[in-house]
Amino acid sequence: MSEIDLEAKQLEIIDNINSANNLDELEQTRISVLGKKGIITQEMKSLSKFDGDKRRQMGQQLNIIKSKIIEAINEKEELFKQQELNKKLASETIDVSLPARNKRIGKLHPIPQTVEEIVAIFGEMGFLVAEGPDVEDDWHNFQALNIPPLHPARQMQDTFYTKGIDERGASSVLRTHTSPVQIRTMKNEKENLEKGKPIRIIAPGRTFRCDSDLTHTPMFHQVEGLVIDEQVNFSHLKGVLKSFVEAYFEIDDVPLQFRPSFFPFTEPSAEVDIGCSRKDGTLKIGAGADWLEILGCGMIHPNVLENCGIDSNKYQGFAFGMGIERIAMLKYGINDLRTFFDSDIRWLEHYGFSSFDIPSLVRGL
Amino acid sequence: MKFTLSWLKNHLDTNADLEKITNKLTMIGLEVEKVINPADVLADFKVAEIVSAEKHPDADKLKVCSVNDGNKTLQIVCGASNARAGIKVVLAPIGSYIPAGDFKIKKGNIRGVESCGMICSYEELGLDGDSSGIIELSNDAPVGVSYVDYAKLDDPVIEIAITPNRGDCLGVRGIARDLSACGIGKLKNCSYEKIDIKSGEKSSIDWNIKTDKCPSVAGRLFKNVKNVESSDWLKNRLSAIGIKPKNAIVDITNYISYELGRPLHAYDADKIGNKLIIRNSVKGEKINALDEKEYELSEGMTVIADDNQVHSIGGIMGGVVTAVSESTVNVFIESAIFDAINIAETGRKLGILSDSRYRFERTVNPLSNNIGIQSATKLITEICGGSACKTVFAGKDNYKDEKIKLSLDKLKKISGIDIDIKDVEKILSDLGFAPTVNKNDIKCTIPSHRPDINCVHCLIEEVLRIYGFDKIPALDLPKSSYLSKNILTPLQKKILLGRRSLAGNGMNETVTYAFMSDKDAQSFSVKKRDYNDLVLLNPISEDLNRMRPSILPNLLNAYNRNKARGYSDIALFEVGNSYQSVRADGQTNLISGIRAGKITDKHWSEKSRPTDVFDVKSDCIVALTAMGINCDNLQVDTNTPHWYHPGQSGILKMGKFELATFGTIHPSVMKSLGIKGTAYGFEINLDQFPPAKNKGKTRPTYAPSQYQAISRDFAFEVDDEISAQKVITSANVNKNLIKDITIFDVFKGEGVAKGKKSIAINVVIQDSKKTLSESDIEIITNKITQSVIKATGGEVR
Repeated sequence: MSEIDLEAKQLEIIDNINSANNLDELEQTRISVLGKKGIITQEMKSLSKFDGDKRRQMGQQLNIIKSKIIEAINEKEELFKQQELNKKLASETIDVSLPARNKRIGKLHPIPQTVEEIVAIFGEMGFLVAEGPDVEDDWHNFQALNIPPLHPARQMQDTFYTKGIDERGASSVLRTHTSPVQIRTMKNEKENLEKGKPIRIIAPGRTFRCDSDLTHTPMFHQVEGLVIDEQVNFSHLKGVLKSFVEAYFEIDDVPLQFRPSFFPFTEPSAEVDIGCSRKDGTLKIGAGADWLEILGCGMIHPNVLENCGIDSNKYQGFAFGMGIERIAMLKYGINDLRTFFDSDIRWLEHYGFSSFDIPSLVRGL
Repeated sequence: MKFTLSWLKNHLDTNADLEKITNKLTMIGLEVEKVINPADVLADFKVAEIVSAEKHPDADKLKVCSVNDGNKTLQIVCGASNARAGIKVVLAPIGSYIPAGDFKIKKGNIRGVESCGMICSYEELGLDGDSSGIIELSNDAPVGVSYVDYAKLDDPVIEIAITPNRGDCLGVRGIARDLSACGIGKLKNCSYEKIDIKSGEKSSIDWNIKTDKCPSVAGRLFKNVKNVESSDWLKNRLSAIGIKPKNAIVDITNYISYELGRPLHAYDADKIGNKLIIRNSVKGEKINALDEKEYELSEGMTVIADDNQVHSIGGIMGGVVTAVSESTVNVFIESAIFDAINIAETGRKLGILSDSRYRFERTVNPLSNNIGIQSATKLITEICGGSACKTVFAGKDNYKDEKIKLSLDKLKKISGIDIDIKDVEKILSDLGFAPTVNKNDIKCTIPSHRPDINCVHCLIEEVLRIYGFDKIPALDLPKSSYLSKNILTPLQKKILLGRRSLAGNGMNETVTYAFMSDKDAQSFSVKKRDYNDLVLLNPISEDLNRMRPSILPNLLNAYNRNKARGYSDIALFEVGNSYQSVRADGQTNLISGIRAGKITDKHWSEKSRPTDVFDVKSDCIVALTAMGINCDNLQVDTNTPHWYHPGQSGILKMGKFELATFGTIHPSVMKSLGIKGTAYGFEINLDQFPPAKNKGKTRPTYAPSQYQAISRDFAFEVDDEISAQKVITSANVNKNLIKDITIFDVFKGEGVAKGKKSIAINVVIQDSKKTLSESDIEIITNKITQSVIKATGGEVR
């Protein structure tokens, strides 16, 4: 064939390739061109008829044509494969709007979560977490805290009594506050204190009062704080509580009001109010003209120190206590105390916390 | 404690307005709970006169009244039987708000007759007074003026919470004294102090004290009194603070109680003997008290009696027999001091709450007997007339003018601030402590009205509360190198991990009461000698009458409540205590959980599956693992507590430590709790964890094997009773080479002999030093087979 013939043939072949309807037709074309008896193969074979320059020239031209044809076949083949894959994928289509596979994850109760938040804040200030028994003896719950039998202060706390009798012959009580943990801690830590190690603890836990209505449950939670050293004074008490409230509510410069009050185990005693607004029935912490009571505190009464064998002339300190449900309600907008203890699965899922929500001051509480 | 602003101003000379006074009260420790001015509520009401009252044409009990409101005459239909022409009444004009009914007056039509307003009773105004009919004002009441002005109701009522130490502020005068100390005005002289109580004829009644529970008493006989209705000012004040006026004598004693914090008791002198004995009660004595209840007294209560009978429970409540009434002519007033503890004990035993008990319990000024008689004398003679006899006394005043020294150094050490000694002196002086200054020390005398002050801290509190807590800065705690960094105990750390792992395993955390019903507790108890110690003497209800021996029953009841609401697929856990004794170590730290219903919901991709024992077993393993227990080496014991299904429960043990129990709750227990269906539970006993070895945080070096692991399956046919644990344990013939053993099939039925089961296990074998050859593998697989057969008596399938 002449060069012109070859050119024409090449165009015809590429045309054939492009017009193939499927892989089979393409394969037919390939065989007819590049197969043993294919046109190009034949032409290659016939090169031997030529000599020298002509042969080389023809060979080069044929190789160019061949590679163009191969390229065209590959392209077409790729196109068919792509079409085939698309068709396969289309056939595999599923309804991805169907619900995902279930993985049940539970929630954590707001009370222990709030306790962890409180621990995170006070832990940062060097407070260790102390505990004491829920069933207490009269001495730890009352007398050591400067509340003698029949003291009117006992009427401030409706006490549950058990049939069991304590070591001193009085009915055991369900602790009415977490304050007995103060006593247990001071007795245990007295020697360390005298070696120069100050006491800084918080004691979260269950407390009990014989009272049940819209705003009282017979069991609730408190956290107690106790600091004893040689020099800690009322200004430190104010500082610690201010730091706590600001960290807990995540508000800088929360207005706090310390009001004189009475607790038998502290003197001077104070109740602490936090600034808030109650506009349109919604409570907003940290701003506004109203005050909301959140905790009680004071300097440890010297009788309490002496009851624990601590020299009240040398050592002094402060204590504070607050209701955990109360501050959880304020922070998380829970409006009914009783719901904390109902185990309503819908409530738990609504107010509960993810297990990944680990309170930390760095990340935010 | 309630009082009115005008009452306070009787004792306090001040220009301060209401807001300033109430703010200051709160900031000195007398917390204001409520301030209400009746004038704000009743501003619309007017004094009016009924000009005529005719029978309603169409209703027997109604009257059609013409009412003159000072401006015009209104027609008003009224149902009160005392509505009649000529009386002065209180009119609610159209548009006025009726507090008691919470509605506004509109023009009405009552059975065909137009009515333009309402004639009111006390009750409708929210006031105390006879409400059997409409209010009848005195004849000289000026028609047309505001009722608030006429009745002097424009007097704000202040209610404050008094802490138990401040008995002195249970009288208006004590409150005034506190306010005067903080710069709100000046305490006025007491108008009673000059009243003579020693004059008059000899009293025919006298005292005899026979108990140390009453150190001193004074009494005065008033003869020929008219126990009339009290004067308006007195009735108004009592009504304002919610005390219903009765008759002058009773009103006067009530008034003095609130005015001076000084309880008094009045006897009808004609109904008592001439010798009143104050003595200890005798067991079984009875008295009909003023609350119209009969009380049987036990020994050691303080009573006032004559030779015939007990007339009063001293300081708590008088008797009904000697009570004064409108017909009383001669009255004997008692002003005594009673022992606070004895009053508290008696009051509690008898269950009587009275204003008198409340004050005596908080200690009444031991020198106040005279002022009590003086004030009574002034008011009785003013209102009831009559003549006062000589006051009769017995006993001795129980008061020592104790001195306490306050040093400025101590004040600074506690408060953290410097306060000028002049300020300190002034505060203490205004509070009545008669301070004398000597360099940096201030010597104080404890006044009789402050029996609560007994140490230097009390004085510091007095100074600081008046000086102002707000003047003390807020400072950070000093740094201390001695503080421990171990904020949590190891157990507390474990609990954090356990809780979070269970939530991750699909359980919701809850908190339930630490008590429960004794009845439900029976099913979860191992009874010991002190079992009943944990029963509550004064439970809230029978449902909550003992400390729980286990958390499970509370969780099961929680499940039942949720089920009743339509939520029956439940997974709940709680971290808390169970209680075994009242001793400090008598409680156990637990994590307990229950599951019931479906473990997976109905879903398009898979079938829903009911919960089973292996779900709660998984909860145990997940939590134990999170808490640092290596669960590969736990043993399963089946000797479980009786509240579990005996064939579907287990104890997870690590050597002798019983870490957890799990299983199906026993059907009879479910039945006794009244719960239908099946539930599964577990209880992890945190106090059973083996003592932590102090290994630090370093872990053993780990070099994973470079050689290929191979996996071989085995199937054994064994007796039904053979536990999976036995198969696994016996298959583990070489702890170095065997890396893992898993049970992948348990089968009973076709192809397996009756009473037998097939257990198929997969074993992963790997050597750390070489690739195992076929013959190595054969040796170990033979060993496994032989060991299992030997241990179980089964055979290879």
